[in-house]
Amino acid sequence: MSTYGHADTGTRHPLVAFAARWLLTTNHKEIGTLYLWLSFTLFFIAGALAMGIRAELFQPGIQLIEPEFYNQLVTMHGLIMVFGAVMPAFVGLANWMIPLMIGAPDMALPRLNNFSFWILPFAFTLLLSSFFMEGGAPNYGWTFYAPLSTTYGPPSTDFFIFSIHLMGISSILGAINIIVTILNLRAPGMTLMKMPLFVWTWLITAFLLIMVMPVLAGAVTMMLTDRHFGTSFFDASGGGDPVLFQHIFWFFGHPEVYIMILPGFGIASQIIPTFARKPLFGYTSMVWAVGSIAFLSFIVWGHHMFTTGMPVFGELFFMYATMLIAVPTGVKVFNWVTTMWRGSLTFETPMLFAIGFVILFTIGGFSGLMLAIVPADFQYHDTMFVVAHFHYVLYPGAIFGTMAAVYYWLPKWTGHMYDERLGKIHFWLAAIAVNMTFFPMHFTGLAGMPRRVVDYSLQFADFNVVSTIGAGLLGLSQVLFLYIVVKTIRGGPKATAQVWEGAEGLEWTVPSPAPHHTFETPPVLEDSSGDAHG
Amino acid sequence: MNSTSRSKLNHTSLLALLAVGMFGFAFALVPLYEVFCELTGINGRTSGQAETASPAVKDSKRVFTIQFLARTGKGLAWEFRPTVQEMQVKPGEIHTTWFYVRNRANKAVTAQAVPSISPGLAALHLKKIECFCFNQQQLAANGEMEMPLQFYIDAELPEEISTLSLSYTMYPVPEMKITQIETGNEVKVR
Repeated sequence: MSTYGHADTGTRHPLVAFAARWLLTTNHKEIGTLYLWLSFTLFFIAGALAMGIRAELFQPGIQLIEPEFYNQLVTMHGLIMVFGAVMPAFVGLANWMIPLMIGAPDMALPRLNNFSFWILPFAFTLLLSSFFMEGGAPNYGWTFYAPLSTTYGPPSTDFFIFSIHLMGISSILGAINIIVTILNLRAPGMTLMKMPLFVWTWLITAFLLIMVMPVLAGAVTMMLTDRHFGTSFFDASGGGDPVLFQHIFWFFGHPEVYIMILPGFGIASQIIPTFARKPLFGYTSMVWAVGSIAFLSFIVWGHHMFTTGMPVFGELFFMYATMLIAVPTGVKVFNWVTTMWRGSLTFETPMLFAIGFVILFTIGGFSGLMLAIVPADFQYHDTMFVVAHFHYVLYPGAIFGTMAAVYYWLPKWTGHMYDERLGKIHFWLAAIAVNMTFFPMHFTGLAGMPRRVVDYSLQFADFNVVSTIGAGLLGLSQVLFLYIVVKTIRGGPKATAQVWEGAEGLEWTVPSPAPHHTFETPPVLEDSSGDAHG
Repeated sequence: MNSTSRSKLNHTSLLALLAVGMFGFAFALVPLYEVFCELTGINGRTSGQAETASPAVKDSKRVFTIQFLARTGKGLAWEFRPTVQEMQVKPGEIHTTWFYVRNRANKAVTAQAVPSISPGLAALHLKKIECFCFNQQQLAANGEMEMPLQFYIDAELPEEISTLSLSYTMYPVPEMKITQIETGNEVKVR
């Protein structure tokens, strides 16, 4: 248990006590809160960078931003959103909810948990500081392909490499902690196949993290030695191969995109049964679908590289393997739909975000299928169509998923109900704005507008105006979200322990707000039919 | 130590081991990739080994077009171009062509050519009997020469391929990596 709990804060200076509480905490709820706030902060920083991108693209020509700086904005927006906003948000949710959902008193390795979190602020300070360095921030896209990042990278690339190392260490330690917690600290009677789906998806995500983050660490280490120690892993003049970089990167990168969505699948699978007041349609098939998606994610990396001159049999293999992913993903989507079918549906904010997730993520899935078709991909590659595709799976996928989770569990965390009217306004603003921002990119991309370019041809001007207005609206809607969260923390109608009428599972058996320590003695599972399935 | 904390320790160690192993795997991918590409020839890198004999011409009806490209890498002040842009060749026929280089620098420079063929699958079927790319090449200050490439294309080249592009990039060789220079094979400008 925590040595630095609430009890001893009274004897010291309040500021010292505050710093000690948050710096030295080993409590899973406090660390979860830290992760969520860090993620929220970085979400706004990376979002501000996106506003810069969209402002420049409001009109053809170069108005506000130099092309060199535009490249830095694109790169840092991607890196911070992926590693700073989406991943820490999911780890924060895991920290808060997994012990509560499996009836554990805390995470299995609480000190390691503290360490995993506190690496991150340093990693992102390092990364963000590169904006103020000579030569500017990393400017080669979040995929940092060699030789752009090796031979031609700015001096700040070394800071980028070190910050990736730090993020990797944090993710790996966090993932180890999550797996050890799930495998060892479940309440008696909670077998693996009775675990809530959020816990299941995180178990699989954590395995993906442990298997691919070290590969990313290897890739940036090779970059470092190529830059400074005379090796030539990615340098053809010394016998290396720049295409090898892409293989190593995407061997990490494709499982990474599932790391960013599987916990979202878990969240939707918790929320939809609650507001449909029906158990999940097919629990076992959901678990198997997540497992299959995780397995397939390791054998499809080549679909990012169709235009590198891959032989036809390679293209065919990666094309078919990629399309195969549509099967388990379809299983999941049909499961959510059939869970809602003839349910007693109500549409509170978490449910709205979950339904938005299902519909809009599916659109992103379909454009993914289009991209999987090799001859079509030759046309779509490096166009705004790709940007539309991955923003549809990430924004309404990962981010709407996180927002659904925050609305769903915020009453449990704070003890207050959020303002339902404002929550609904937030959802509708965000849902309309996200489509306004990203849907036109499908059209500009298909018509040939390249991604990662500061300027564009005149014929794309109208669609880009719509995108930019949508992006501004989307940014504003998230400021409203911040206001709603702060307002809920400061007060509001008292939440009951169960919070939602249809909610089932162990986290709803503890009072709201959840006390500092919970389940110090393991809970007794009422019924073997598995109320945790919710 | 109770059974839960022992089990926690075991799981933690195993998972840490997995992470370390995957870090090693990233580096193992480098030789794995090279061996895989050499066996299948899919990354377009032709063999660095000289071929000795030519098989009989099996199918004289097929005619391939082979295009030659030459460029210099960063930091090499050489002019480098093929003397012939493209050739029509039949399977098994041995051909010789020449690449011209001129050193524009005022000092002797050593360079190495790195080949790449497109489509990549043709790499296994382009057989080189003699190539300037087998060795490092040295040019005196302002020196020039023509370098030979003797090759044939074997008849097993997949049916769908009729045109090949053979590209050479000439890279400067750093001082410490200069090996023996075989001047015997080089032919001065005719």
